[in-house]
Amino acid sequence: MKFAVIVFPGSNCDLDMYHAVKDELGEEAEYVWHDSTDLSGYDGILLPGGFSYGDYLRCGAIAQSSPVMDEVKKAAEAGKPVLGICNGFQILTEAGLLPGVLLRNKNLKFMCRTVGLKVENANTLFTNEYMAGQEIQIPIAHGEGNYYCDDATYDQLKNNNQIVFSYADDFNGSRNNIAGIVNKRGNVLGMMPHPERAVSDLIGGSDGLSLFKSIVKQWREANVSHA
Amino acid sequence: MRKVKIYVTLRESVLDPQGSAVMGSLHKMGYGEVEDVRIGKYLELMISDDANDVDALVNEMCQKLLTNTVIEDYRFEIEEAVSQ
Repeated sequence: MKFAVIVFPGSNCDLDMYHAVKDELGEEAEYVWHDSTDLSGYDGILLPGGFSYGDYLRCGAIAQSSPVMDEVKKAAEAGKPVLGICNGFQILTEAGLLPGVLLRNKNLKFMCRTVGLKVENANTLFTNEYMAGQEIQIPIAHGEGNYYCDDATYDQLKNNNQIVFSYADDFNGSRNNIAGIVNKRGNVLGMMPHPERAVSDLIGGSDGLSLFKSIVKQWREANVSHA
Repeated sequence: MRKVKIYVTLRESVLDPQGSAVMGSLHKMGYGEVEDVRIGKYLELMISDDANDVDALVNEMCQKLLTNTVIEDYRFEIEEAVSQ
């Protein structure tokens, strides 16, 4: 499986993302600059964390208008897995690929620590290697991770099982502790915590690896025929 | 040349922790009469005289990039400006 790691000016988790799929999973990965206009050669799209365009205007707002985002939208429409982590999640909401928006943390602080995450939906292409209700330990690092949406949107997320991860404890003010959501179709996931920073016990934890394994497993089942 | 002044404010339904922190500070300084603080943004755009429907143009730009209408409201004023 071949992944594109989209790089914006100010992305800073692109190397971790690349390392996770290339070195830990042994899959193919390439960095793709934000002005690229062709993602047709990739099976999965990864939007890394960081501070694209310095978070100017609103986090993710300027990256959202990059040429590559038209291609990301096409990939999403084609049903390819699209994963946005941290700033990647913020970009996906600004681009309208996911509902809601990420606001400043309720205590106005940038928070960087490992937190407990509950797997709310283990039936997505991103979470099939987890168990529903399982609690995993994943690092967070954000100042604007306070997920907000209106009541109608929340009801929709809830009814369609689009809430994939929630925080075990409320620390940033997110609505109903939402940490990660998928689109209706289930092939676009945005989440604030960093699974790519938890892919090996050597770096303090490996609970995030199953997320990447899930994507590959699903893709293999759909695309590789066994002789 | 036209000068467009855009005021972006958080929607009423959205909590503004920054505004709350500033209000807390004002209260500590003795300004107890302050009942609410909301922090927004102010943008200035200079638009060339070649542009036709500036009103529609600014609305479009606000909706596409300058504001996020999930959480923000905006209003703007258009003024005649002398080019420098």
